[in-house]
Amino acid sequence: MNIQLRDPKNLMKLSKLGSFHQSKLSFLRSFLNEFKDWEYKRDLFELNEKGYGRAVYSFSKKNKTYSLVCFANEISDEERSDRVIATKWDAAFTLHDGVPTKEDLERLALNVPKQEVGRLSYKELTLSRANKSVRIFDHVVDSLSKGNQPNTELLSKVGYLYRTTAVYGSGKFGLADRFRIKNREEIYGPFRLEMMLVYLVRQFTFDQVNHIARHKNPNTAIELDLNICRNLGIGNSTGLGMAPFIVNHPILLNNWILARETALKKIREIERATKEELNIFKKCLVRSLKNVTNWNTDSEFQNKKIKQLTEDLEKFIKFLNEDFSFENTFPFNKIYIWAEENVGDECIEYIVSMMMEPYDEIVNPLTHKMSSEEDQHFNIPINRTIEELRNILEKRYSEILKIDFKKKENNQNFWFISKNKEEPRVANRYEMEGSNLEQPLAIARDIKKLYETIFTQKNSLKIGKFLTNHNDLRHVVRRAFIAEKFPYAEIQDNTIGSQLMPIDMLRLKLSFFGAIKFDPRSDKWLRICMFQGAPLPSDLKSFDNHWIYNSLN
Amino acid sequence: MISFSEIETTVKRATRSAGFPWGISEEVGKNIRLLEMFGLPGVKNINQYFKIYNVEKFEDINAFSRSNISKKHYCPIKAGVNFFDQSSTISDLGQLEINNLAFPLLFIPFVSRTSELIGKRIFLKMDNKEFLFNFNQSIYSNYLSGDIVERSEKINLQFLENKNSFSETEWSELYKISENTFVEESDELKEKAAGAGLTDND
Repeated sequence: MNIQLRDPKNLMKLSKLGSFHQSKLSFLRSFLNEFKDWEYKRDLFELNEKGYGRAVYSFSKKNKTYSLVCFANEISDEERSDRVIATKWDAAFTLHDGVPTKEDLERLALNVPKQEVGRLSYKELTLSRANKSVRIFDHVVDSLSKGNQPNTELLSKVGYLYRTTAVYGSGKFGLADRFRIKNREEIYGPFRLEMMLVYLVRQFTFDQVNHIARHKNPNTAIELDLNICRNLGIGNSTGLGMAPFIVNHPILLNNWILARETALKKIREIERATKEELNIFKKCLVRSLKNVTNWNTDSEFQNKKIKQLTEDLEKFIKFLNEDFSFENTFPFNKIYIWAEENVGDECIEYIVSMMMEPYDEIVNPLTHKMSSEEDQHFNIPINRTIEELRNILEKRYSEILKIDFKKKENNQNFWFISKNKEEPRVANRYEMEGSNLEQPLAIARDIKKLYETIFTQKNSLKIGKFLTNHNDLRHVVRRAFIAEKFPYAEIQDNTIGSQLMPIDMLRLKLSFFGAIKFDPRSDKWLRICMFQGAPLPSDLKSFDNHWIYNSLN
Repeated sequence: MISFSEIETTVKRATRSAGFPWGISEEVGKNIRLLEMFGLPGVKNINQYFKIYNVEKFEDINAFSRSNISKKHYCPIKAGVNFFDQSSTISDLGQLEINNLAFPLLFIPFVSRTSELIGKRIFLKMDNKEFLFNFNQSIYSNYLSGDIVERSEKINLQFLENKNSFSETEWSELYKISENTFVEESDELKEKAAGAGLTDND
């Protein structure tokens, strides 16, 4: 049986992309698989009794070492803010390439806590900061210092001791450019080093609470139970910064989606599933349900989606138990077709993620195909013709070409970079100032303009010649030729319409990171949790590949 | 140290702010990154260029010919974009001359990328400075000062045909040495070690 890849016209709609869930392809899961045989060490731990100071953690293998350098700082409650406009944080981190020298640590101490206004060097790979979830952090310290384990019910509501508010990489603030490290085998997967930073920060948070509790009451203090540690992750507050990323990296977006779609296609093409494979699928599905029931959010938008997902999953399980036999040929194809016909997008994508769980041999090779070389496709093919360009637009952008941008509601928003923090923002162009400085993220509108412009051009006209008088459309001409080769490179939706939910774009990216418990705080930012349920560094030599569902037991 | 990624992003934004369309701004961001990676003073030159861009009106070259002469100085960005876009027809000219190009170093990366696009080396002589562009893999030059170059009176540009840099004799000699890694085939080896049969008529 030959199953077709899902059609980008339907799949690449924002509401669909905003329904994606973590899967075996997720970067935090592939990071742990890659680094499971690396040696983990806590190299330095110099905190005072209140937990302020510095620490270094590392992963090493042969002659390679990556070191997380942590700086824990004292800040007042008033100074603590998750927003990107904050200037102080409870802790600041960088991932250093190699073993930091004394001079490196001194240099980093002066710069890392300053984050965006500090300067890093080519020896640093990623940069981040995090704030305590004060209520949880204080409760854990207090309980441990008195010889008690913390209230796990309270912990499970939040899921972490610290949450990061940004993780930077790829040359920002002087960090190493990607070309310096891209050929390293162990990081040949997107965001590997960002995942490493977050994972090691998680361990730092456990060490810090134990340290403070011990100093608070040396006679009675105990250490945080390892099972409780495993059930805690790292939180993350994510704003609009992530949204332009997926528009600005079309080939990367394609490769992420293509990996997921290829896995789905291959799994649907499996004629007979073994008993063991079916058991893994069912076990993960059942264990994952707590992921949905423990999903706490005040967001009406998300609660509506969770409610629908819960109902759909109940329907799905009923179907599996009562109307479905795994003795069927092509069982996963039948499940997928049933899902398409009977449940909503949240549930379809949830089932797709679950279907990957039994299939290491299908999924794991795909994790190495999720990086991209955007520069290789930068040059516009000037010798192609207008006719070819028109065919590409009609084939790849047919949904977008239906949008009427003369209507006010389809043209309502504009994306811009704030002068204060150099961060992306989105605003109503009819109510706010600044649309004259609009960023080139209105791809649908500009593609439509390109299509209308070339309508009057000769079919045989070469693109190079066309551009002589139409350089205002150059950026979308480039994209069209990229989209020709990469079918999932473009969001098939309007990124400036009145119906835009920017968090759909964030959710797409975060699902590939492996985040769970998406908690929208508005239509423009959300909180998530990463590594909840993950093995601790001491567990890495041997751990359950389906750990993501462990946190829920 | 400023990373190449920061250079590209900042130059892209600055170019846009100078009034160029986004698509050209993307090109200029990539170009300055390229210059800096090749050790040429991209940031210095683009910075100086933006200082006078709105004061001094530069000329455009919309269609390149063998001889491009202007009383006013040509804009290196517009000239560069058009050079790249028209490269397939320009390369048929074999060589060309540009008189009066402002900030000629900003034109250089367009030539380097064109060398890759058309698959030919390009030799460029800018007053007394020489550049050889090798398919955008490297730039060989006698210009090492790292200074701002505000004007070039005369640029000669030559598209080099793809030909060997060595004689047939030199190649034969080298090939002969390489043959020492081959095994002389006996009849038995011919029969047993080859994948196909002894005759193709089976």
